[in-house]
Amino acid sequence: MRVTAPPILAPSELSGSRSPADRFGDRALFALTTLAAVAVLATIAFVIYQLIDGALPAIDLYGLGFIGHNVWVPNLGPGGLGIYGAAAFIYGTAIISAIALVVGAPIGIAIGLFLSMLAPRGIATAIGPLVELIAAIPSVVLGLWGILIFAPIMSSTIEPALHDVLGWIPIFGAPNATGHGLFTAGIVVAVMVVPIIASISRELFNSVPNELKEGALALGATRWEMVRGVVLSSTRPGLIATLILGLSRALGEAIVVLQLAGGGSASIISGNLFNNGDSLASRIANTFIGALNSRETAALFYLAVILLALGLAANLAAQMIVRRYELSHRRA
Amino acid sequence: MTIPADSASPFAASTTWRARRRRGIDRGMRGSATLAAIGSVAVLIWVILDVALKGASAINGDFFTKAPPVFGTGGGILPEIVGTGVIVALATGFALPIGVLVAVFLSEFASPRLAYPIRLALDLLNGLPSIVIGVFVYGLLVLGSGQKGYAASIALAIIMVPLIARATQEVLRLVPQAQRDASHALGMSTWRTTLGVVLPACISGILTGTVLAVARAAGETAPLLLLSSFYNPNQPVTFNLFGQAIPNIPMEIFNDAEQPDLASHARGWGAALVLVTIILLVNLIARYALARQRRRMYR
Repeated sequence: MRVTAPPILAPSELSGSRSPADRFGDRALFALTTLAAVAVLATIAFVIYQLIDGALPAIDLYGLGFIGHNVWVPNLGPGGLGIYGAAAFIYGTAIISAIALVVGAPIGIAIGLFLSMLAPRGIATAIGPLVELIAAIPSVVLGLWGILIFAPIMSSTIEPALHDVLGWIPIFGAPNATGHGLFTAGIVVAVMVVPIIASISRELFNSVPNELKEGALALGATRWEMVRGVVLSSTRPGLIATLILGLSRALGEAIVVLQLAGGGSASIISGNLFNNGDSLASRIANTFIGALNSRETAALFYLAVILLALGLAANLAAQMIVRRYELSHRRA
Repeated sequence: MTIPADSASPFAASTTWRARRRRGIDRGMRGSATLAAIGSVAVLIWVILDVALKGASAINGDFFTKAPPVFGTGGGILPEIVGTGVIVALATGFALPIGVLVAVFLSEFASPRLAYPIRLALDLLNGLPSIVIGVFVYGLLVLGSGQKGYAASIALAIIMVPLIARATQEVLRLVPQAQRDASHALGMSTWRTTLGVVLPACISGILTGTVLAVARAAGETAPLLLLSSFYNPNQPVTFNLFGQAIPNIPMEIFNDAEQPDLASHARGWGAALVLVTIILLVNLIARYALARQRRRMYR
């Protein structure tokens, strides 16, 4: 009896021998997963389309002038349909985001440094998750706490104290009797931004090679000099991306701002941080359901388009920076 | 040869003011970084303590079994708890399969060139302000026809998909390529390998990621404000997501915080305690589970 070696099959021939069920299963799984991936892409596109579509009447009417126009009167103007402009809300969004970043960024980065380099291991593994838990607290709970606990403290103590010491700078004007206002909202949003910046920057700092850090220390640098000269300077692009991600979180926060910024029907641009105000997101959240007429709804859609554009731009910028940073590192 | 007295090393010349200044700055910076960490944990404890103390005094047996009163004290938040449960359950029903399928596509099928735009889209979706997602779903489903519970579910699902997809991708990456190769070598087709070998190895990681996404969605308020906020708060429990707006915990907290009376504030703190307890417990348990799974899979 002669034994012949079985022929060696190429992978293509192997796949040709698959059962029809397997061929169908492979195709079905591929089709299903592709469909899901396409659905994600389509959702983004559909969001953009839907918002612009809803805003079209306002875009046709006001054009880009909407952005610089400071007025929001829903029942006046031609046909009683109201006159609208976004300037006050862009101002409010900018102020709240600026406060959140000015307060939150140094604290977040400092926590990142503490957790990745200064803290003993046991303390870092205990405190790290606690800091990240702050991000898990729902914004509405922070808002409840802000209204009932934090705002009274702001009006009775913090704002008068800031006004007394720094009152010669116009932005620290007369305190707000309610304790609400752009400043209070900005501080609570900072609480939400800190854990984001802390956890990303911690990972960033951990990614700096140990040889570099030890090299700096061996040359006689103090720990801070090592951090400034090696860690911060080598992670600068990543840090900028981190701050942009924190910014995008602050830009889009609707609930806390609605609860604490004290916005209302009047749209005010004043230099005083303690004054009431509205952000793009909070005005949408506040007025969308109760919009008086179709034009106000369209104007609110327009606000959402501006917010969407800001959010997409911030996230795209952060992704681009990270990608370029990774590419340049891979090449090096 | 002599070493100049004020040369760089803080150890050699610790008495010069340059060295002292450098050490002072070093201590100051390290101190303030430590302070920042302690301060932020203190804020967390401050908020949690307020919620726990004020919430605990509002919670009793009725709190989980009755509807909010029409006026005054007493009652509970049963319809709101059930409402959040069904809204989030339906959202999970949408988001879990889509999130897992996208992750499978990215890790098992897509070339890097194809994967990049989809990863980017997931990141962008994750970065969208939740109020914008609320406006989108409002324009899609609510405008002209009124609020519905399922509209809120869809908005929450859009928020959950990128979270579940990312968590799933991370565990899929931990499955050794050798296991896929071994399965193929035994004559298993790709779909059997994926469903029978790869995904079962990841199941606990996928569940953990999903549970974290559920915790995130349960506390979302901005989309619910647009999509499921016009309801009678003391209506009987309803599961009908397709008929009308559904009571839910975030809106209950939001409305209670806006009221002037102490009874509403107490109910708000109680609802906040329920929500925060669920979310923090889920987060702690999921984190612990993730760390354990990761250790096991790396080994």
